[in-house]
Amino acid sequence: MSKSHRGTIVTTVVAVAVVAALGTAYATREKGSSGTSITAVGSTALQPFVEAAGEEYAKTNLGTFINVQGGGTGTGLSQVSQGAVDLGNSDVFAEEKDGIDAKKLVDHQVAVVGIAPLLNKNIGITDLSIKQLQAVFTGKVTNWNQVGGKNQKIVIINRAAGSGTRATFEKFGLKGAQSIEAQEQDSSGMVRSIVATTPGAISYTAFGYIDKTVVAASVDHIAPTNKNVAAGKYPIWSYEHIYTNGKPKPAVAKFLKYLTSEEIQSTLVPKLGYISIHDMRVIRQVDGEITVK
Amino acid sequence: MDKITQKLMQKSESTKKDSLGRAISLAALSLIVIVVISIFTFVMSRGLSTFFHDGVHVKDFLLGSTWNPSVINPQTKQPYIGALPMILGSFIVTFLAAIVATPFAIGTSLFMTEIAQKRGAKIMQPIIELLVGIPSVVYGVIGLTVIVPFIRQIFGGSGFGILSGTIVLFVMILPTITSMTVDTLKSVPRHYRESALAIGATRWQMIYKVVLRAATPGILTAIVFGMARAFGEALAVQMVIGNAALMPHDLTSPASTLTSVLTMGIGNTVMGSLQNDVLWTLAMILLLMSLVFNLVVRAIGRKGELK
Repeated sequence: MSKSHRGTIVTTVVAVAVVAALGTAYATREKGSSGTSITAVGSTALQPFVEAAGEEYAKTNLGTFINVQGGGTGTGLSQVSQGAVDLGNSDVFAEEKDGIDAKKLVDHQVAVVGIAPLLNKNIGITDLSIKQLQAVFTGKVTNWNQVGGKNQKIVIINRAAGSGTRATFEKFGLKGAQSIEAQEQDSSGMVRSIVATTPGAISYTAFGYIDKTVVAASVDHIAPTNKNVAAGKYPIWSYEHIYTNGKPKPAVAKFLKYLTSEEIQSTLVPKLGYISIHDMRVIRQVDGEITVK
Repeated sequence: MDKITQKLMQKSESTKKDSLGRAISLAALSLIVIVVISIFTFVMSRGLSTFFHDGVHVKDFLLGSTWNPSVINPQTKQPYIGALPMILGSFIVTFLAAIVATPFAIGTSLFMTEIAQKRGAKIMQPIIELLVGIPSVVYGVIGLTVIVPFIRQIFGGSGFGILSGTIVLFVMILPTITSMTVDTLKSVPRHYRESALAIGATRWQMIYKVVLRAATPGILTAIVFGMARAFGEALAVQMVIGNAALMPHDLTSPASTLTSVLTMGIGNTVMGSLQNDVLWTLAMILLLMSLVFNLVVRAIGRKGELK
């Protein structure tokens, strides 16, 4: 008798749990469709910005929920062109990515990010010309004394192929040259700590990751600062793009407008290490052509 | 029809429960089968499209030594898709880790089963079981903060490379191999040991000539299982191997494995593009290899059954 009792109890508990789970799922679904949910997927470099701005936005726009996911630039662009998500975050122009039909996508530039060459402190170099950067990353020189540093072997650390930071660095820092095959890391934080601890190491990260453990070299004697990027003097920078598939829905358009508003651009953007889109005094096209605003 | 006949003709409570149980098990089984088949079909269809859709030659893929799928080789008009560096990298770390781990695993399990059974069961068993459950990211972090700087100090260079990967994998697969070897040694019948001791063998002779011989198939199975885990391990290896898709020419320069290239690249490529397809092909190779490991385990099990 007690055995069958136990069976009944277990059955009841399971049944209640299933009903509760279904109920919760149903309730969440209901909320999602009655309120507005905007999903953004893509670039991990842009993710913290969209996340933070999304939280702020949800505070003032009750019922709107901004769901931000990483996954990488490639994922973001392919998901948004399939119409699977509302926003596709990207570090590069959609035109530059293979396999993406850029005509369908509308570009919204929400921030600018500068990228600096990162060197180990003991190399003894604080400035590199574009020519020297090319020579180092294409393997033409293999020792730092060939470009004015100590007698130390050069250790190149790349970001993963296809990452936005690497694409930007190769396009503007190496003038389109490809880096030789070298070790790859998949996050900027990791790159910084490896450069800091490995003798002779060189890599590159967004300005936001520069700290005292590494040397951020100037390029052709121009220091990697937000001011120099905004003035169009410092060459290695890129836009952070948010793509929509065709013209955005009103709710999405409102959020995009919020992202480029003066309020966000002057507070959140510099706080997270990006450069405000309003500060830029130059405009760069897909083909790299720069015009003064 | 009277009551008794009716009762006998009807399905009893127990029969109903019996068929219910059967239905539940069958449902669970078919779900698993469907999942496995779907995974296989999906990975295969995406992985094979490199060859059928993008027109890459299998030979170029398996034997080419330059990996850079986003760049077209000006001579052959084909992208650089030589996967040999990663395939070799995976096999080298796997075999090295297994070679280093096996003697330690056998030694530990012999100690636990033959030499100090009580202490083995009380202290070592829980420790080994705990080690099996440690998440791979923990091994990776330890590798990154302890092993990589250590290797850098001794051998120079950046410290990332096959040697660091081997050491991390060795620690990771050691408990797997050990716990399976312990089970095998325990299953060697007691009368084998008794017979050996009765005709005057020392303990070491008994272990070496009887127990280990009888347990060989089981130990081999344990090693293959450890290798399967090492081959498929992604995170910990990715953190310490350096991820350079270069042909491995020594143990302390950065190299890469199938899994590390896969996890690094998949988010940066666009679904359906060649760059994405070749990654799926790498995944397909991983899947086929795990199948091979499984078949090897079965073959060992069949051949070496205790008679």
